[in-house]
Amino acid sequence: MASTPEDKQRKENLAGIGCARKRKEDPRFIQGKGHYVDDIKLPDMVYGALVRSPYAHARIKGINKDAALALPGVLTVLTADDLKPLKLHWMPTLAGDVQAVLADEKVCFQQQEVAMVIATDRYIAADAVELVEVDYEELPALVDPHQAMVDDAPVIREDLVGKDEAGQGKRIHDNHIFSWEVGDKSKTDATFKKAAVTVKEEMLNQRVHPCPLETCGCVASFDKVNGHLTVHITSQAPHIVRTVVSMLSGIAESKVRIISPDIGGGFGNKVGIYPGYVVAIVASIVLGQPVKWIESRIENLSSTAFARDYHMVGELAADKNGLIQAMRVNVLADHGAFNSHAQPTKWPAGLFSICTGSYDIPVAYARVDGVYTNKAPGGVAYRCSFRVTEAVYVIERMIDVLAKKLAIDPAEIRRRNFIKADQFPYQSALGWSYDSGNYPAALDKVLEAVDYEGLRKEQAEKRARGELMGIGLSTFTEIVGAGPSKACDVLGVGMFESCEIRVHPTGSVIARIGTISQGQGHQTTYAQIIASELGIPSDQIQIEEGDTDTVPYGLGTYGSRSTPVGGAAAATAARKIRDKARKIAAHLLDVSEQDLEWDIDRFRVEGAPDQVKTMKDIAWAAYNNVPDGLEMGLESVNYYDPPNFTFPFGAYLCVVDIDKYTGETKVRRFYALDDCGTRINPMIIEGQIHGGLTEAFAVAMEQQLVFDESGSIHGNSLMDYFLPTFVETPVWETDYTVTPSPHHPLGAKGVAESPHVGGIPCFSNAVNDAFSHLDIKHINMPHSAFRVWKTIHAQGLDKRT
Amino acid sequence: MIPPEFEYHRPETIDQALVLLTQHGEEAKILAGGHSLLPLMKLRFAEPAHLVDLNFIESLRGIKESNGLIEIAAMTTESQLITSPLLLDKCPLIPDAASQIADPQVRSRGTIGGDIVHADPGNDHPAIMLALEASFVILGSNGERIVPASGFFLGAFDTQLEENEILKAIQVPVSVAGSGHAYCKLKRKTGDFATAASAVSLVVEGGVCKKINIALTNVGATALKAEAAESILTGQTLSDLLMEKAVEKAMAICDPAEDLRGDREYKIHMAGEMTRRAIREAFAKATGGG
Ligand SMILES: Cc1cc2nc3c(=O)[nH]c(=O)nc-3n(C[C@H](O)[C@H](O)[C@H](O)COP(=O)(O)OP(=O)(O)OC[C@H]3O[C@@H](n4cnc5c(N)ncnc54)[C@H](O)[C@@H]3O)c2cc1C
Repeated sequence: MASTPEDKQRKENLAGIGCARKRKEDPRFIQGKGHYVDDIKLPDMVYGALVRSPYAHARIKGINKDAALALPGVLTVLTADDLKPLKLHWMPTLAGDVQAVLADEKVCFQQQEVAMVIATDRYIAADAVELVEVDYEELPALVDPHQAMVDDAPVIREDLVGKDEAGQGKRIHDNHIFSWEVGDKSKTDATFKKAAVTVKEEMLNQRVHPCPLETCGCVASFDKVNGHLTVHITSQAPHIVRTVVSMLSGIAESKVRIISPDIGGGFGNKVGIYPGYVVAIVASIVLGQPVKWIESRIENLSSTAFARDYHMVGELAADKNGLIQAMRVNVLADHGAFNSHAQPTKWPAGLFSICTGSYDIPVAYARVDGVYTNKAPGGVAYRCSFRVTEAVYVIERMIDVLAKKLAIDPAEIRRRNFIKADQFPYQSALGWSYDSGNYPAALDKVLEAVDYEGLRKEQAEKRARGELMGIGLSTFTEIVGAGPSKACDVLGVGMFESCEIRVHPTGSVIARIGTISQGQGHQTTYAQIIASELGIPSDQIQIEEGDTDTVPYGLGTYGSRSTPVGGAAAATAARKIRDKARKIAAHLLDVSEQDLEWDIDRFRVEGAPDQVKTMKDIAWAAYNNVPDGLEMGLESVNYYDPPNFTFPFGAYLCVVDIDKYTGETKVRRFYALDDCGTRINPMIIEGQIHGGLTEAFAVAMEQQLVFDESGSIHGNSLMDYFLPTFVETPVWETDYTVTPSPHHPLGAKGVAESPHVGGIPCFSNAVNDAFSHLDIKHINMPHSAFRVWKTIHAQGLDKRT
Repeated sequence: MIPPEFEYHRPETIDQALVLLTQHGEEAKILAGGHSLLPLMKLRFAEPAHLVDLNFIESLRGIKESNGLIEIAAMTTESQLITSPLLLDKCPLIPDAASQIADPQVRSRGTIGGDIVHADPGNDHPAIMLALEASFVILGSNGERIVPASGFFLGAFDTQLEENEILKAIQVPVSVAGSGHAYCKLKRKTGDFATAASAVSLVVEGGVCKKINIALTNVGATALKAEAAESILTGQTLSDLLMEKAVEKAMAICDPAEDLRGDREYKIHMAGEMTRRAIREAFAKATGGG
């Protein structure tokens, strides 16, 4: 309808869906005016600092606090024994296990929380930590999940001895947590037996850490007079924190207020509930004073949730033309000392069963076994939906392994196996119903843009000269937007999302959404959605998140769920308002509702185009002139329970040149085509893709948490742990196609994680491809210069003649 | 990541600084750029009770030339080295190496004196000093002494500098006609120390290598002078064969520690590769090809 220049102008005035609007949050961040947890200062606030274990596995024979308590300024030192009477020395995890809040008789990983010192200032607290004397008896440590499962391995979790269950099904060994299976095993096995070609490869998704720039922390403040507890916290899911805190403390949920202020990056690291938070809360309740606890970088990298550590065996069965007939995956998942991975509760391996990827694989089977080791607990979704990075890695690497075995080009084998556009909605062998997609079109667009054939020709010429050049592809499918409450819950709470919108009499709006931005730009994007739905300019729409006292219950932001679920809630809530507005407009124009049509920012009478009421007119009338029987006011709430996940996809291509004398890999070109359905703010999408690709680059090339045999962690500071700066980061080229989600109110799918999920195998495939003319089937990440050189040197490629 | 309590002193003359150092003896540490010392203090690996800050002593800054020697005051920062017209013209190896150190934040505070005295095997200036045959002007309560770089570095974090002494300045000869320099450093990322690096300073006359100094970074407890490699090339014209022989000799003296940058084998090979590249680059510069 918006055809006249005037219509176009009205639409542009809204700065709604599709507008590359500048991020509303940036003026405050780039001026240093953000307000983070560590910026919060409350009257009488005191400081907590944690005493941590130097050993990966040890018995605690005694803790002497005397010297610490004698230091002026120290208020108290809390240990497991102090928390015991409150039954808070252990806490439940989101995965059905329990986790020591402060080490109870033994420590199970290096840097485990042993005691918290509370002092009047941060410096005294740090000094007192040194004065707490802990007497340890060291025990043998297990850092390899395979070793953890041998018969006479030391037992890590003595508290579970004799229990054949740790919250997620049957245990088969003292260090075993769960087995999780999906798919048709016997049919898969039978297909493998008959298949013309099979490939099998072991591959590791190494233990990494999301490493947000802001570490974790909180300010807990208990008011002894009215019994209210307020916690400012670095949380990606404040309402879940409120529910858990209420359950643990016994304080009514209505008296607990959780506030996530500005958050300096999360990437899954800030979903969990950490011992530091719990002890700070207890300390505040005990002392009746606000207690601040903030992690250092080393503490963050060593003790809060890591990601991955999936030891996978991938297998494909195919015919001689490369058509895949079956897939089988077995995983040993290292969960560390406690099973506190953050997944929807019923999904011990997250959404790993998306591992059949973008391919029409008739039958498949996957099994994941979780095990304990003497390493920090976790297993979070690092800029991905739950375990989707691992799943996409195994299929995208395995299809290349198959291509090599059959001497089929990696682009061609993908094309042969793609789910075709007319097969959607597509039912996958492992149980998912893919909403929409067009994979061949995406791949073709990329291949053409980069002149794929030309690149392959160049590669052949370089190989003839002894040079190493690699071309990597990744044609991934993501699964995001958790999730339908019949399938997904956190501790029994369904994974819906909520939005409350209030339109004020003068036509401006406040909307509150249960998600929480950590850099995603929600203030900008949500306002655009509501702007288009309500016909009110996005600049007049305030977005509020993160305060559980004002925002309706939501499950938070992770797993790319904000746009798929939160955005849907915002659109649906806005539509409820528009429905009411239509009634008011009909009343004002003295026509029936059916006579009205929606026109960008107003209702107009069909056939009488000058008879209009703008949303601004209607907002005013909502507070003084509504039809009989209608309530005054103009507001709504929606709790959106998505009917399905969304399935964004993309086609990526990476070209690398490897220096065979140093092992350094240079990413010469990276072309990323993403399809996230309807695009709400193209500029924010672009920014999210740049960020996700940069993190993918970091994971594929260099990131790893390394442990030695004694369980000591190495590389847990930014001297070693790789966060790419502008200097290391390659140049990104981006592109898109648009295949809307049929079940989402806006057709949007979520995008911020695709570049991470799809990027990692793309880099890894490129490095592996550089060696594909040799007898090398798979090289594990990270593809650091050192590790790449090892491969080169073993092959003698660096010999000088 | 919070250091224990310490006393902070801010002398304005070298004499005041020396008095403070004598007064507090073992308990005192000099503070220069702080980019090695402060991280150690935050990790509580170093716990000095007194910090004597040299940043406010004017006479410890500046670069000047006299009698064929360039004298660089110890508190000159890396970024001042990088932009010094005098050095760029007459001793380009120092700005070249300094620009490969850490990141802009570190370079704007970190000093050449601190980098030398700290003697971290990963620090870059020690090898540069060996390659340039530098000397160090050292001040103590007994006066001034001048010590050659060769022999100054005793071990990891250990030098001939005595407690209570201040490194005042670094002297390097002005580079002569026909000379060429290069510093080739392999690192994982911005802000990282070298996996291995090699400094080469040579003089070529009529195609013949008259003189060559080769020094290696982070493949031993101290910067290493590759003398056997030097003698292979001295008095010779550069050939692939000699180059490989020299590289082999350089690799033979390496004794690196394994860490996350790589194992010993890798680091030794990288010292060789960086040496190969540095010789080539220095040669090209000396013969007008660079
Ligand atoms: C992230 C990061 C990366 C780095 N990467 C590199 C790198 O790649 N290469 C490299 O070479 N360095 C690197 N460094 C170290 C940096 O260059 C330091 O600045 C340098 O090592 C020490 O110099 P400073 O002026 O900061 O000295 P300080 O840290 O202040 O002092 C270091 C030591 O020297 C002593 N000292 C300082 N000045 C004098 C003096 N004039 N007389 C006597 N004693 C003195 C101090 O008492 C102290 O013991 C890095 C540092 C960081 C933080």
